[in-house]
Amino acid sequence: MAEFSTKVKMEQVKCASGDPITVLRFAGDITSSSEPAVLGTYGGLSPETSKRILLDFSKVEYLNSSGIALIIQLLYAASQKGQTVQTFGLTPHFQKVFTMVGITKYTKIYPDEAAACAGFD
Amino acid sequence: MDGENVNSVIELRLPSRLGFEKIAMSTASSVAKLMGFAPDRVEDLKTAVAEACINAMEHGNKLDESLIVGVFLSMNETSLEVKVLDTGTGPPEGVHTPDMDKKMHGEEASRGMGMFLIQSLVDEAEWVSAPLTGSYARLVIRLNKTED
Repeated sequence: MAEFSTKVKMEQVKCASGDPITVLRFAGDITSSSEPAVLGTYGGLSPETSKRILLDFSKVEYLNSSGIALIIQLLYAASQKGQTVQTFGLTPHFQKVFTMVGITKYTKIYPDEAAACAGFD
Repeated sequence: MDGENVNSVIELRLPSRLGFEKIAMSTASSVAKLMGFAPDRVEDLKTAVAEACINAMEHGNKLDESLIVGVFLSMNETSLEVKVLDTGTGPPEGVHTPDMDKKMHGEEASRGMGMFLIQSLVDEAEWVSAPLTGSYARLVIRLNKTED
């Protein structure tokens, strides 16, 4: 048995104002072995065309502290590039965990995609 | 469980391979549900047990798959205790509260939050260093704790 893989699907959506939003839809596990999927996918985004990024955790089955560390690295890289990152789809438990470790200072957590998109406007 | 004087221990022996902590998570979850813990407390316990197992595999047993991580779940009427044993010397320092500002400025490693999460999510947590016999993390959640 091994860890389940991390899947990341990238989509472009538009918020109400018409501005483009890049959505990274995570699925499966986010753990120490997820770096290529998480940071590799993020690294493929253009800072010029992906100014607004949404992280979708609604299909994540397992997230541990090593996976959270990857999200912190993503947020750090995004802050360096002037990108705004918002988050939705976290379970109440992981909303609590994100708040505990202080991530919510650097990404807002929304209950669903519509609210997260509206949060950019 | 029916409130009788139940005092039982369940023991797991896991290889030090990342991913196997899920077995401990699932077992702890099942036991906590049987004991009547609220769903949010079960989630707290699952994360705490997973982090303790990962620490034992990575830091205690250095990911040597031939070394076993022992997980002992001891239940009584009011609490569930989980001990996670490895062959290491125990954590070199105490619980470090993550500083997100430092992490976001590259001044602190993004990892290293496991012990903090464990301590934050359970009612009691301690780390016992015993290099000769094996070190362990001990976690306790109590049934009478009111929900946050």
